[in-house]
Amino acid sequence: MELKDQRDINASPEIVWAAILDPEVLKACVPGCESMTGSPEEGYEAVVVQKVGPVKAKFTGVVTLSDIVEGREVTITGEGKGGPAGFAKGGAKVTLTPEGDGTRLSYDVDAKVGGKLAQLGSRIIDGFAKKMADQFFARFQEAVEGPPEPDGTELDGSDQPKKGWFKRVLGG
Amino acid sequence: MPKDQGIGASSKRREDVRFLTGRGVYTDDLSLHGQTHAVFVRSTVAHGRIKAIDTAAAAAMPGVLAVFTGEDFKDMGGNPAGWLINSRNGEPMREPKRPVLAHGKVRHVGDAYAAVVAETFQQAKDAAQQLADDSDIEELPAIVDMAAALADSSNRVHDEIPDNQCFDWGWIEDNRAAVDAAIKAAPHVTTLELVNNRLVPNAMEPRASIGEYFPGTGDYKLTTTSQNPHLHRLLIAAFVMGMPENKLTVVAPDVGGGFGSKIYHYGEEAVVLAAAKKLARPVRWTAERSESFLSDAHGRDHVTKIELACEKDGTFIAFRTETMANVGAYLSNFSTATPTFLHGTLMAGPYKVPNVYVNVKTVFTNTAPVDAYRGAGRPEATFSLERVIDKMCRELGLDPFEVRRKNLLTKDMFPYTTPVGLAYDTGDYHATLDKAMAMADVAGFEARRAESAKKGKLRGMGLSTWIEACGIAPSNLVGVLGSRVGLYDAATVRVNATGNISVMTGAHSHGQGHETVFAQIVAEKLGVPEASVEIVHGDTSKIPFGMGSYGSRSLAVCGSAMNRAVDKIIAKGKKIAAHMLEAAEDDITFENGNFSVAGTDKAKSFGEIAFSAYVPHNYPLETLEPGLEETAFYDPANFTYPAGAYICEVEVDPDTGKVDVAAFYCADDFGNVMNPMIVEGQVHGGVGQGIGQALCENTSYDESGQLLSGSYMDYAMPRADDVPFYNVDYSCQTPCTHNPLGVKGCGEAGAIGSPPAVVNAVIDALHRGGHTHVTHIDMPVSPSRVWSAING
Repeated sequence: MELKDQRDINASPEIVWAAILDPEVLKACVPGCESMTGSPEEGYEAVVVQKVGPVKAKFTGVVTLSDIVEGREVTITGEGKGGPAGFAKGGAKVTLTPEGDGTRLSYDVDAKVGGKLAQLGSRIIDGFAKKMADQFFARFQEAVEGPPEPDGTELDGSDQPKKGWFKRVLGG
Repeated sequence: MPKDQGIGASSKRREDVRFLTGRGVYTDDLSLHGQTHAVFVRSTVAHGRIKAIDTAAAAAMPGVLAVFTGEDFKDMGGNPAGWLINSRNGEPMREPKRPVLAHGKVRHVGDAYAAVVAETFQQAKDAAQQLADDSDIEELPAIVDMAAALADSSNRVHDEIPDNQCFDWGWIEDNRAAVDAAIKAAPHVTTLELVNNRLVPNAMEPRASIGEYFPGTGDYKLTTTSQNPHLHRLLIAAFVMGMPENKLTVVAPDVGGGFGSKIYHYGEEAVVLAAAKKLARPVRWTAERSESFLSDAHGRDHVTKIELACEKDGTFIAFRTETMANVGAYLSNFSTATPTFLHGTLMAGPYKVPNVYVNVKTVFTNTAPVDAYRGAGRPEATFSLERVIDKMCRELGLDPFEVRRKNLLTKDMFPYTTPVGLAYDTGDYHATLDKAMAMADVAGFEARRAESAKKGKLRGMGLSTWIEACGIAPSNLVGVLGSRVGLYDAATVRVNATGNISVMTGAHSHGQGHETVFAQIVAEKLGVPEASVEIVHGDTSKIPFGMGSYGSRSLAVCGSAMNRAVDKIIAKGKKIAAHMLEAAEDDITFENGNFSVAGTDKAKSFGEIAFSAYVPHNYPLETLEPGLEETAFYDPANFTYPAGAYICEVEVDPDTGKVDVAAFYCADDFGNVMNPMIVEGQVHGGVGQGIGQALCENTSYDESGQLLSGSYMDYAMPRADDVPFYNVDYSCQTPCTHNPLGVKGCGEAGAIGSPPAVVNAVIDALHRGGHTHVTHIDMPVSPSRVWSAING
């Protein structure tokens, strides 16, 4: 299945780019991620637990970053084996473009499943993949920007917009 | 007054008592001392190179007794295709080796490449998963689409077969020029491109096997879900494992449906036998439903372009077809015969048509093997013909009933040789058409349509006039056509000393009701109660020989062998009676169970003769052997040709696209009918499967060869509320001219004749509803497809 979408993130392309390359961010943003170790250069080893329709599985696999155009483009590819559940693999080509003071993050996802996941879960796999992508990029946005403001009022009384944890770490 | 026993009686199916009370004994019901459990490791990718399989961890797991990979079987023979087909250019088909376990490459999702045997099923299952985790399989691009497979030699299912083509078959090649010229010159040509959807057989009982080995004698025993135990024995012993046939017994106990899928030998059977020998313990395996979806031989899967050339009044001039037939990753045993001699030879239908040419290209793909499934080739032929005829009628504004009537062969034309090589012996196709029209009240359709319209539904009526060739098959003919086996059958009739009778049949019953019908025939002929006749089948150590049950052959071929053996019993009984009654053999008549001297009241009952044969105190021992047991083999002189007319009425909801089958009428000519109730049941089942194909079932692989419809959540089987009450008639009877019972076979008819009747009815409904832009909808005619067609 394929899906394309974009999000406007209230942070500079430099900050967004740094977040994408940060394994802690990836780990926090991949839904169901139990562990992720490695580096952007070497790739990551990841363990993800997910339930796809009737099939619950622990996926172990590798995530690699490729086709890197510094600050602008990266392709994140993952392939996980889920034991009796089969396998899932996919890639997301992520493109960053400046948009005012912020960044437009566009993604183009191609995902595939195999084995029991395909045999039993194919009906729901498109919806599942869309949900995974939405969750990933929503969490990513949150990590960078901070949580959405429910009613626009600042609870801490500050004039500054609330920072995401990644921005706070960066001290930006 | 209907008969209450014997030929023509609707005797209750005696086997149903055990089937309906849970007392059937299926392979999986058997529990053997010391048994072990096998679990297979199956590919999760459609196409891959096996780089390494590390068996160490799996082998060391608790309870694991043995681990097998393709490497262990690489020197065994391949599982062969039973039919050698030559391409149009004379080249023999490409026949890649089908190994017991995949070796080197895996070629479809579900392809078994390793197996684990353990003390318990769960231990075997755990170790199989370990083995899967420890397998290094490099995924290769999958070959799924047939046209792409033929066009691209760079990606190959079998490395030695460049264009993924098994053969390119022309039937009949000598017809080709004349057919091309006739189509070119014809006043009208209708063209239709269609897909005959791939089906999963879905027998209620999954495949299962138990292998045993007896070290003391060196004998093997395989208990398995087989439609033809002798064929299994032949394939395993002679082709795959290389053992003497007399060292292997194959038993098929109660078998819960097959529909073709249990004709074939599968690798799992060889693995449990080899494992049983290695461990000197029984090894059992029962497929999970997921394994059935992935690894049972599927059915159909043709992509066809058919052209019908005709006069403006609808008189047929020519049919020409081009078909791509999917054989999947390996050649299953009948896979090369199904799209050819069970398909191309039927492409003249029941019609007067001088020019017919059929081209079939069979294609290897990274999908499960495809083989014969109820109807096997003949549904594909019938669907193509009946759909294109229907389309032509719409194009020319002709009445489909009148067009059939104009083109059907007339009863004075038999025997009739078709332009595609068959010789129809007898039939009356107008009689079944008239009967179906009367049953369906065709004249009253408009009123029913108006009633449906009041409910907002579009009502349509569809017709299919079908024919098939079954009673498979004359050995000398199929030998010329490439079959590697003969297709006779055999039966032994054993009269016991006390007068009851055991009949051992080569035909195998896996739901058809043989135990009832065969007993009816023997009882009728010998004048004994049905209850005193026992039918024994499914065990190579008990029955003489047999090619099994498929192709609607059991009654026509094995029934004829049994009939011949009974005749031998009667002939011997007359000799015994002549001696006992001190009369000339020629003066002895046999009637109602009594041997009598013609014109006298001197008689001996069948029981007295049987007793005398086994207690031969007053017996012509010097000229006649004691005992009363006869065996006969029967090889049919021709195929049999059941035919009929099916009319379907549907209601289509134009808002949702949902199709409801409102009524279904079958007028069939099966020749003589032995048990009307069983014939009706066979037609019900066949039409149910045909409606399933037409409206519900589809086997879907994605572009990477993953099976997307791998469970009953996604594979839609027809349910009770998808099918109507059937109206079945078999009163039009032109008895088969060349078998002694005059029977033609009824097992596949419903699945052959019904799909085009359903689809024709849907198209008719849409046209009557004003949606005249819809010329065809591929099966399954699902709500989404109908809605899209209406709104497209």
